[in-house]
Amino acid sequence: MQAGRVPCGRLLEHVVDVVLHLGSVPNVRDPAAWRLEFPALEQPVHGHRLAYLDSGATALVPRPVIEAVRAAYERDAGAVHRAVHALAEQATLAYESARTDVAALFGVPSDEVVLTHGTTDGLNGVAHGWVRARLGAGDAVIVSELEHHANLVPWQLVCAERRAELRVCHISDAGVLDLDHLEQLLADRRVRAVAITQLSNVLGTAPPIDAITERAHAAGAIVIVDGAQGAAHLPARACGDFYTCSGHKLYAPGGTGMLWARRELLAELAPWRTGGDMVASVEYTHAQFRDPPARFEGGTPNVAGAIGFGAAARFLASLGPDRLAHEQRLHRELVAALRAAPGVHVLGEPEHALASFTVDGVHPHDLATLLDQHGVAIRAGHHCAQPLHARLGLTASARASLGVYSNSDDVAQLIDAIAWARGVLG
Amino acid sequence: MTVHALYQELIVEHGKRPHHKGTLPAPSHAATIDNPLCGDVVTMQLAMEGERITDVAHTGHGCTLSIAASSVLADRLIGLTLVEARALIAAFETMIATEPDAPDRADELGPLAAFAGVRAFRSRRACATLAARAVSRALTR
Repeated sequence: MQAGRVPCGRLLEHVVDVVLHLGSVPNVRDPAAWRLEFPALEQPVHGHRLAYLDSGATALVPRPVIEAVRAAYERDAGAVHRAVHALAEQATLAYESARTDVAALFGVPSDEVVLTHGTTDGLNGVAHGWVRARLGAGDAVIVSELEHHANLVPWQLVCAERRAELRVCHISDAGVLDLDHLEQLLADRRVRAVAITQLSNVLGTAPPIDAITERAHAAGAIVIVDGAQGAAHLPARACGDFYTCSGHKLYAPGGTGMLWARRELLAELAPWRTGGDMVASVEYTHAQFRDPPARFEGGTPNVAGAIGFGAAARFLASLGPDRLAHEQRLHRELVAALRAAPGVHVLGEPEHALASFTVDGVHPHDLATLLDQHGVAIRAGHHCAQPLHARLGLTASARASLGVYSNSDDVAQLIDAIAWARGVLG
Repeated sequence: MTVHALYQELIVEHGKRPHHKGTLPAPSHAATIDNPLCGDVVTMQLAMEGERITDVAHTGHGCTLSIAASSVLADRLIGLTLVEARALIAAFETMIATEPDAPDRADELGPLAAFAGVRAFRSRRACATLAARAVSRALTR
């Protein structure tokens, strides 16, 4: 970086970067080419080709994201929103560009996008910054039986504090939300909020967010959508009243995420992380806050991470609709292969992105250790959804989850490794 | 270290057909430990006459390693004094915490030394020691 380069020069450089990144995807129509963008896939694991089937826990990161993070540290290394020197200006520009890129992926205005630490951060923000103040004794919050701990524990805390009731909407054994039960739970109009996953991280089912929102609004409740899984595997859109997701499941660095709400609703949200950067002016006894979204980004943010999140949003946009078509094809293949495999039982009726399963005679943890020895990375355990596992009569399951880089070889390697694992412990 | 060192025949056998599975009619000591990471739960019950352990039983759910460890540990504890039991558990936990190529202390640990293979699988060490931790907790009560 030359000394004295002015920020507008950086802007041009940034535009060039964007074009180069788009150009670095060899062929957007060819999923085999997408795979080449993920250097983590190049490493053998225990002497085997890596079949990474744990994108539901965290997705691998493509080169354009790695390059964006590298540039953030090598070049745009200043603090955001405060200093006037060149590196700080560059950092601010890149950080705000990232917000624009993330907003564009989800089709919303960038001033409605709060850059967060992840889905957990966003859910806690809404629980403590909006719902808590509107929850009286005897009011209620609805969650579903599908929920991840991140969309459960914050509601348990605010409900306990406000002496409100936490109601749990039923699902079918297949994992489909029971809308009739939802209506029953909403009927007394004491519900202030419905917090619901966009895509179950265990059963791979997608509750009908628009139908839920319609019913919730009719009963005077708002809808908070946990997009942690859905953002990466369903058409990207901000839905419900508050929508939150994580960067690291969208091929971006960890510790990044976004919270979206319409301007009017964001204006009602109280800041839950207060301090520097989120204030307009401060006196000893009180402070004026900046307008949203800056109001919700107190403290020095994960600047490089956010810049990487923006790069990931551009990367995903560059793949176009083929990305989801590829995943859906492969998902059908994965579910069919697991169902056909001897001794394997798929949980529910997975619709997208992942399949959880059990294997006769092999506990999920043993399975995960054994599969790893064959280069197959899966998740085992309760996947941060202990109540759902109890609902299914289980304590743990194994889960294979897909990403844009997944392919038929990964599925075949999984099935072979399961057969081998059964032999070891059989 | 291979998976066959981890899933030795003795461990697989105890995992499939654990000894002393169930509950005691009148345990003098008991404790339940869970592994929040994976959801495994082990309850160990002990019956003592004076200073000596006369019976042990275990219940819970978990992987081959945690069930086999409960089973082998139960076998090994019966007949020991309290002091001997504490020393055995300390030696086992110390062995599991060592590097994969360290001695397995088979002279002290007997069949529990079969779990030495878990040392190469860092994320699974807690599975092997769940039962031992439950016994430690039971004996401090």
